[in-house]
Amino acid sequence: MAAEAKSPDRLYQEFTKGIWKENPIFVQVLGMCPMLAVTNTAINALAMGAATAFVLIGSSFLVSLLRKFVPKEVRISTYIVIIATFVTAADFLLQATVPDIHRELGAFISLIVVNCLILGRQEAFASRNSVGYAVVDAIGMGIGFALALFMLGSAREILGFGSFFGHPLFGPNYEPWVVMILPPGGFLMLGMILLVMNWFQQRKSRSRETMEKAA
Amino acid sequence: MTTTGSDLVLQSPPFDSARLTTPKLMQEVTLATVPVLLAAVWFFGITALFIVAAACAGAMGAEWLFGQRTATGRRGATLGDGTALLTGVLMGLTLPPTIPLWMAFVGGLVGIGIGKLVWGGLGGNIFNPALVGRAFLQAAFPTALTTWRASGGADTLFHVDKGAFAIPFASSGVDAVTTATALSRMKFDAEFLPWLDLLRGNVAGSLGETSAGILILCGIWMGVRRLYDWRVPVTILVTVAVLGQIFHFVSPEKYPDALFMLFSGGLLYGAVFMATDPATSPTAPRGALIFGAGIGVLVVLIRLFGGLPEGVMYAILLMNATTPLIERVTQPRIFGR
Repeated sequence: MAAEAKSPDRLYQEFTKGIWKENPIFVQVLGMCPMLAVTNTAINALAMGAATAFVLIGSSFLVSLLRKFVPKEVRISTYIVIIATFVTAADFLLQATVPDIHRELGAFISLIVVNCLILGRQEAFASRNSVGYAVVDAIGMGIGFALALFMLGSAREILGFGSFFGHPLFGPNYEPWVVMILPPGGFLMLGMILLVMNWFQQRKSRSRETMEKAA
Repeated sequence: MTTTGSDLVLQSPPFDSARLTTPKLMQEVTLATVPVLLAAVWFFGITALFIVAAACAGAMGAEWLFGQRTATGRRGATLGDGTALLTGVLMGLTLPPTIPLWMAFVGGLVGIGIGKLVWGGLGGNIFNPALVGRAFLQAAFPTALTTWRASGGADTLFHVDKGAFAIPFASSGVDAVTTATALSRMKFDAEFLPWLDLLRGNVAGSLGETSAGILILCGIWMGVRRLYDWRVPVTILVTVAVLGQIFHFVSPEKYPDALFMLFSGGLLYGAVFMATDPATSPTAPRGALIFGAGIGVLVVLIRLFGGLPEGVMYAILLMNATTPLIERVTQPRIFGR
């Protein structure tokens, strides 16, 4: 890549695309495994999102930094080693600071290593762009991922437990929607959110069409 | 049709049309559920009517809100074909008599919304919408969906369950006198109810499933009126009876006989009203036989060896999923190819 000036415009674009236009969960539909497994409560989802974002930002930074020294043939294994380093750090960090949540998330923290979102960003973006863009892209994607997980986790916790961050919302008579805290509930909730998003998208493009027709 | 001055009439084929349109079919099937509904009211009181009405409201609400619009942009273009009403009635009748009304409403909403409309509306769905609604309720509210009440008669006809009117999102909160269904007694207590009780229907169970006699009559009427392919219910029942009787011969104290298997639980209701849904069952005659036999085998396996006492719903949903494959295998060859 030639010495290209870091235009603030492009930086802004790389940052925001992960949050909405190319949201990892809602648009790319990547990282379904942690999405289904740990978004049964808001706090779990938030912890998982934060851990994934941390790993993503760290490894994007390192992969982008080393992109000229890594031979093409062994690039995937190199990415995995880099990602695994940050996952181990995140694992210990969570264990030391929030042991309860760490216990709840269990094996899924280690499984961040094989989260296709992270490997995908390394292969598709960090290994081809300079450090600045790579980190900004990782921050955007990480925030997008964490936000999506948090949305799912909040909706599922409110329906499945009748609480938000562990605080009961509806009193003792609440009838919990058991299915929402099980993996099928993750699929259902994701499907419904995708449905609403696509519906808005369609409405937007349709109203744009009619506006263009009128103009 | 154009006339050319003389008596000669020029017309292009087809020359004969079926009298049975979709709205007509749905009307007739809905009519066939009326005796079942009346039986439900007789055995479980006027509350049964409220539950079915709530399920219908949910189903028709979803159809109105998310369904197609008319050419002029008004909502509810597809309400008139009667499928939403029928789905609501059929799903309402599979619910236990102690369920709060709001849950029945949610079931109807999910049945039409997720079970039918997201697939593209009538005919596009793989799974029976009424059963999708019920399966969702069963997964979401397992306790409420497995709380049964003993059936009554004339004396409890106008007794209204307070639990039914629980405010939305709250549990019924009323400790009803619960009792076990015939199948859970069979499974967990190895106790077989006499089949005459099952035929009459004064046993515990879901609203529409208890009275085997009325269901058989409705089934025969629908078969005679050609509202469904008779092969589907008949193969289901024959498979269950034969398999059940074989297991009964092997160990009579552990497994019930064929009559008990046929008349208990939701088998007759499922075979007559659920498995015969034209959108989710095979159209070819041979396919109908495979479909029915598959449901029968699954029902026997789930009932006798599974963890749940009843498995008609899951058996039908599983075979719904195989319907496209069955259709592909049993497609009749075009003559000459």
